[in-house]
Amino acid sequence: MKTEKNIKTLIVKKPLKLDCGKTIKEFPIAYETYGSLNSKKDNAILVFHALTGDQFVTGTNPITNKDGWWSYAVGPDKAIDTNKYFVICSNVIGGCMGSYGPSHKDPNQKIFGTNFPVITINDMVNAQYNLLEHFGIDKLFSITGGSMGGMQVLQFISNFPNKSKTVIPIATTSSHSAQNIAFNELGRQAITADSNWKDGDYTSNETNPGKGLAVARMAAHITYLSKKGLQEKFGRKLQEREDLKFGFDADFQIESYLRYQGSVFVDRFDANSYLYITRAMDYFDLAKQFGGNLSNAFINTRAKFFIISFTSDWLYPTQENKDIVIALNSIGADVGFVEIESDKGHDSFLLDVPDFLSALKNFLDKSYEED
Amino acid sequence: MKNEFQVIADLIEKDKKVLDVGCADGTLMKFLKDNKNINIRGLEISKEKVQECIAKGLTVIEGNAEKDLKQFPDKSFDYVVLSQTLQAFLNPELVLDELLRVGKKAIVTIPNFGYWKVRFHLLFKGTMPITKKLPDQWYNTPNLHMCTIKDFFHFVKSRDIKIFKSLALNNLNTSIINERNLGVKNLFADLGIFLIEK
Repeated sequence: MKTEKNIKTLIVKKPLKLDCGKTIKEFPIAYETYGSLNSKKDNAILVFHALTGDQFVTGTNPITNKDGWWSYAVGPDKAIDTNKYFVICSNVIGGCMGSYGPSHKDPNQKIFGTNFPVITINDMVNAQYNLLEHFGIDKLFSITGGSMGGMQVLQFISNFPNKSKTVIPIATTSSHSAQNIAFNELGRQAITADSNWKDGDYTSNETNPGKGLAVARMAAHITYLSKKGLQEKFGRKLQEREDLKFGFDADFQIESYLRYQGSVFVDRFDANSYLYITRAMDYFDLAKQFGGNLSNAFINTRAKFFIISFTSDWLYPTQENKDIVIALNSIGADVGFVEIESDKGHDSFLLDVPDFLSALKNFLDKSYEED
Repeated sequence: MKNEFQVIADLIEKDKKVLDVGCADGTLMKFLKDNKNINIRGLEISKEKVQECIAKGLTVIEGNAEKDLKQFPDKSFDYVVLSQTLQAFLNPELVLDELLRVGKKAIVTIPNFGYWKVRFHLLFKGTMPITKKLPDQWYNTPNLHMCTIKDFFHFVKSRDIKIFKSLALNNLNTSIINERNLGVKNLFADLGIFLIEK
């Protein structure tokens, strides 16, 4: 979809067997880095992005010309200080910012669409593991990410228990709940109900299911905010009008805001990628991979965990984050936990929430000082 | 660091694994980590205090001892410390059981309601005692279940809890409590420190 300049790509030569049974090989992973890797190669942090994120963590995203998705947290002197740490982030496979995904062409030069194999969180992290070899990093200093990024964090340390010194899952879950799946299904239905979706083959039909994708984004966006946050920001305020218009235009500011969020999203995101990535999230159930016992996912790691949740996050609520803490404590793992007070909902981890950013910074810097 | 923490630290050998329940700003944890190479964890209910601990590089879990101790396996710590908080729980009996389940040993300290200043306050002023260890008014105190050194001593004895060491603190003076001097210590100590096991 977008031009590929400004996108760094690693072509993974090694075949990767996916959970669905298919094998992919010679596939691209698009990545970006910030800061520099020191000579001991012990200052690398692998950041995992959430559903609609990409490799452009901070600075200006060269494709959208907007700020990177984690600009509040990552950068010089910020919580994840790029003067000190080497930050790596890659676009997940299934995504649409350069990594292997449904908008790529199959070996017969036909765009995959829904013929792209269904991928999982496990597949995503196994693909990204190749970046460690690429940079010659034996052990990361930290892995972190919020939401789906947090799921990847948990899966990564489970798959590669000795490959990171510290582990910071944020506002996440070890198992996608029925409510999470329900919201994702709503988004997928909105996309596939758009007549321009064409069973996923919209590119060769020169159409785009933009309306469906925008509705998916609007519905999801509500889940990222809190009732209190919405009420304080928008209340019943009207959009550039004195009174109700008795029609179906956007009378209320919240309507106008959501429509805007939907429309800008369509410009930067691929509808099929949205289907694939939400599916990967829905399939995520780390405990199930270990016979129903989440603790067993972490039994082989000696990494230091720090788990963060937010009071007003009802999408990945504190209790689901605490379940991870409990699983770690029950095997005597080194785990810290804090619930940050914020009325900004699930999105808190992306926003300027000083208590969150200082906790993240303190944990990283103090852990880095040790040995 | 306050004298109480020095006495607690002296009860703990080097290189042990310790859980500080209600660790506040992490002063004791930091001391144990830096000076005794203790593998230390904290449990703290206040968000601000948790942040202070993180800023000190300490591993802390935000949580409530009455609900959150149950996630720790039996005898998973060499020592579990509870400093001047037992009286603030809704169910101190349950918390004490949990401390003794999670820790091989527990160190519990209690502000002594039998201290002579407390008794004098109530006797002569006729109002709820306010002292250095008990600074709050009756209407805003977190303390729900005040007890005396004597009460606690009898309580643990009656529960088949083994007392390894019981110490009375009065300002900077530390002395050993036993069955014979219990009445005197209960009058002159403002804090009791108990090393117990079940």
